[in-house]
Amino acid sequence: MKTLGVAVELVWHSTTDLSDFDGVILPGGFAHGDYLRPGALARFSPVMGAVQRFAEEGGPVLGICNGFQVLTEAGLLPGALQKNVGLAFLCQPTTLVVTSNNSVLTAGATLDDELVIPINHFSGSYTCDDETLERIVENGQVVLRYKDNPNGSRADIAGLANERGNVVGLMPHPERAMSTLLGSADGRVLLESFVAANVAA
Amino acid sequence: MTSPPQSLHRALGLSDDEYEGIVTVLAREPNHLELALFGVMWSEHCSYKSSRLHLRRLPTEGPHVLVGPGENAGVIDAGDGIAVAIRIESHNHPSAIEPYQGAATGVGGILRDVFTMGARPLAVMDPLFFGELTDARQRWLVEGVVSGISGYGNSVGVPTIGGELTFDDCYSSNPLVNVLCVGALPKERLVLGVASGVGNLAVLLGSSTGRDGIGGVSVLASAGFSGADGAASIDDAKRPSVQVGDPYEEKRLIEACLALLDDHLVVGIQDLGGAGLVCATSETAARGGVGMDVDVTAVPLRELGMAPFEIMTSESQERMLAIITPENLDAVTALCKKWEVRASVVGRVVEPERLSDGTTRGMLRIRNGFEGEILADVPASALADDAPLYDRPRKRPANLDDVRADDPTFDEPVGSASDDLLDLLVDPLWVHRQYDTQLFLNTVVGPGRDAALLRLAGPGLPDSKRGIALSTDSNPRWCALDPRIGTALTVIEGVANLACVGAKAKAVVNCLNFGNPEHPDVMWQLSESIDGMAEACVSLELPVIGGNVSLYNESGGSDIDPTPVMGLLGVVDELVAPPPGWNWGSDDVLVLVGERRADGERPFPLGGSRWATKRGRRGGVIEDIDHAALTLTLDFVVGEIAAICAGGASDVTAVHDVGGGGLAGALAEMVAATGLGADVVELEGHAELFSEFPGRFVMATNDVEAFQDRARAQGVSTTRLGTVGGDSLRVGSMIDLPVTRIVSRRRDALENALGALV
Repeated sequence: MKTLGVAVELVWHSTTDLSDFDGVILPGGFAHGDYLRPGALARFSPVMGAVQRFAEEGGPVLGICNGFQVLTEAGLLPGALQKNVGLAFLCQPTTLVVTSNNSVLTAGATLDDELVIPINHFSGSYTCDDETLERIVENGQVVLRYKDNPNGSRADIAGLANERGNVVGLMPHPERAMSTLLGSADGRVLLESFVAANVAA
Repeated sequence: MTSPPQSLHRALGLSDDEYEGIVTVLAREPNHLELALFGVMWSEHCSYKSSRLHLRRLPTEGPHVLVGPGENAGVIDAGDGIAVAIRIESHNHPSAIEPYQGAATGVGGILRDVFTMGARPLAVMDPLFFGELTDARQRWLVEGVVSGISGYGNSVGVPTIGGELTFDDCYSSNPLVNVLCVGALPKERLVLGVASGVGNLAVLLGSSTGRDGIGGVSVLASAGFSGADGAASIDDAKRPSVQVGDPYEEKRLIEACLALLDDHLVVGIQDLGGAGLVCATSETAARGGVGMDVDVTAVPLRELGMAPFEIMTSESQERMLAIITPENLDAVTALCKKWEVRASVVGRVVEPERLSDGTTRGMLRIRNGFEGEILADVPASALADDAPLYDRPRKRPANLDDVRADDPTFDEPVGSASDDLLDLLVDPLWVHRQYDTQLFLNTVVGPGRDAALLRLAGPGLPDSKRGIALSTDSNPRWCALDPRIGTALTVIEGVANLACVGAKAKAVVNCLNFGNPEHPDVMWQLSESIDGMAEACVSLELPVIGGNVSLYNESGGSDIDPTPVMGLLGVVDELVAPPPGWNWGSDDVLVLVGERRADGERPFPLGGSRWATKRGRRGGVIEDIDHAALTLTLDFVVGEIAAICAGGASDVTAVHDVGGGGLAGALAEMVAATGLGADVVELEGHAELFSEFPGRFVMATNDVEAFQDRARAQGVSTTRLGTVGGDSLRVGSMIDLPVTRIVSRRRDALENALGALV
């Protein structure tokens, strides 16, 4: 974010008010060790109430990896993330296809564009019931799909938005694809789009 | 003769002579608690009693060395106000018994060693050694160890950026799990594990203390496995000596400790690792020349009814000991509360005892309440520094001449070199993709290449354009034949690996995995290996800034091959573009850089090579290489690649050092990485294809005349090998393989062996 010229602040998990911010990112990691199930404990952090209100007011919210898991656990995004097919952690580059512009993350990306962005997760296999799948596909909420599905995600789903498009979660790490020195700069278009949404909001 | 009570000391791993030594130090018989303290502190693992004498021969100094061996980690000045800390450890025996937790707690322990110095851990590497995967137990060990490293490292938020993977029958009952950690800190934050200031407090941070890991250093780490089938036969009895890891606790502990250091709230800090609280308190007190009173009742426990010796020697994970002034206690407590890290005052720094000769010595006193009964009263330095120093008998193995005479170098090839090459190809991707290699967003070159390369950046560090490179190397096959030259060549191999990413080597750490030191041929191997490391390091002007010695790697009386693992740390002065790696392009010209032939009677030695080992040929002679020519070659390659890293234009498109699998192996790996074939000239037989002597590089260039001119100007030998392109790898009349076969064979070898694809 700093490389995009945005002022960023880390907030503590006990924070209860996010009204001074233009956008919220739930980063990757292992919140509370993810000992029960990824995101299952973190959704009860006091800050999640504030994230909920922020999202309800239309503020842009982005969950990356563990952040995506927390958003599904908190009910801000539909479905759930289960263990990868193969039952092992996967750290590798993936090719993503932009399948919808209806989100703060992909509004600035070109439909059908392919982006090389790494994944780094154990529980990244997206799943949901048939009805939900039909709904999110129809609404254009599936914003990114894997070209070669690495983890068994249903319908190759890599990134997902809520109906309004202001809350987005994805398992791949766009913030790890910001520089060719580190392998890829394809994440820039996504994070730039998120920043532009902040400005618009 | 004093007669020790029921030979309790032997059960604690102390010899009769060592017991007598304790009686002399104390001028009385020790009580049970005191004996237990000596038992862990004088264990081989903690005291290096068999190896210290020999380790003194290593060069440890250099103008950029800030902290040498003996501290929790070695530290160098990397420039731009940044110091880099590095440490390597073994967690062999715990991993043999409980692979997931053994490997996981190995990662946790090495991280604490590094942030104890005030450095934020930035990366971990794991050299691993197992038996052949045809054995189901080995497959279980590999999966357990790799998922333990992955589970702990990924969760605690430190990337795992490499490490080797070696399979050999000698490890089937005694696998080796080594772990290296590198961290960085603003130079001025460097702290040491010293207790000073009478009246200061020792605060125990982190986890509560349980019965896990009691006697880990003595029961597990300082004795071999006895059963003929190794770990399998005794694992149940020893399992309680393995600790259990909690990476989330560790993460909070890292953040809390670095914050305490940032706020200047601690006088000294020390991690609790092997030998737990007794080690941390006695070492900090001994370094500070002070005494320490420890109240065992103040230690938060997770189990009921723990005896004082259990509390003092428990190896429960995720604990640190901070020495603070009483005025800072409230601030320390508040900061730890924020990070949800438990903080308890368990000790007080006290005046040292004054002896009749006017000198002083700090006493470690274990008490039942600060003003209560004294349960143990021993000189801190006697525990920490006065362990016996053994010059154990050394003997050159009687069969060594026969083994060396059985040299595969001049074996006639049987079958096709193409098939031989395919047999050698293994891509360790199955391991590496389970590690998060990118945390901190510094990883320019991750695992699976010659060396890993990181941007020198991290939270709280001054801005820098530098990079640091890391490599771990070992070659037990060489070292079994000639521990001296084998170890020297291993150092050279590591330096060559760093050169491939444009880094100049700055320091070495080592993990010396050997068999039972009570076997004279093992002590000979250890001594020779140390001499070989010293010779290579002197020749390359490399200081050895830390190390670990892991002995008693034996099972059923059979020792592992000598396995000195070298961890190399290098610096790239300007890192704005990635090094070229293995990514050659069509029509590039391939050049072998460095002396084409080894220095000796065997131009292309095959002793100890993977090619020979695959054919069951384990004998042979290891030839030394020409160190003067080597230095020129290394400087040339570093210069060429560093210029690319600094953003300069270059005709060089790829570089790979010749290592395992020899020249043929290097070419095949580059083919697999790019999907592009190559046409290589006829070589001097299969020996040249598969010989592994180091100091040679395959480089690709799109302007071969200019490239060879530059090499010539620096006195470096080059040999034109051929051209890149096409859909097969051809080497004269010997090798002709489709690219697709090389790619699929290399990709699937490990997963097939593990049964993952069946």
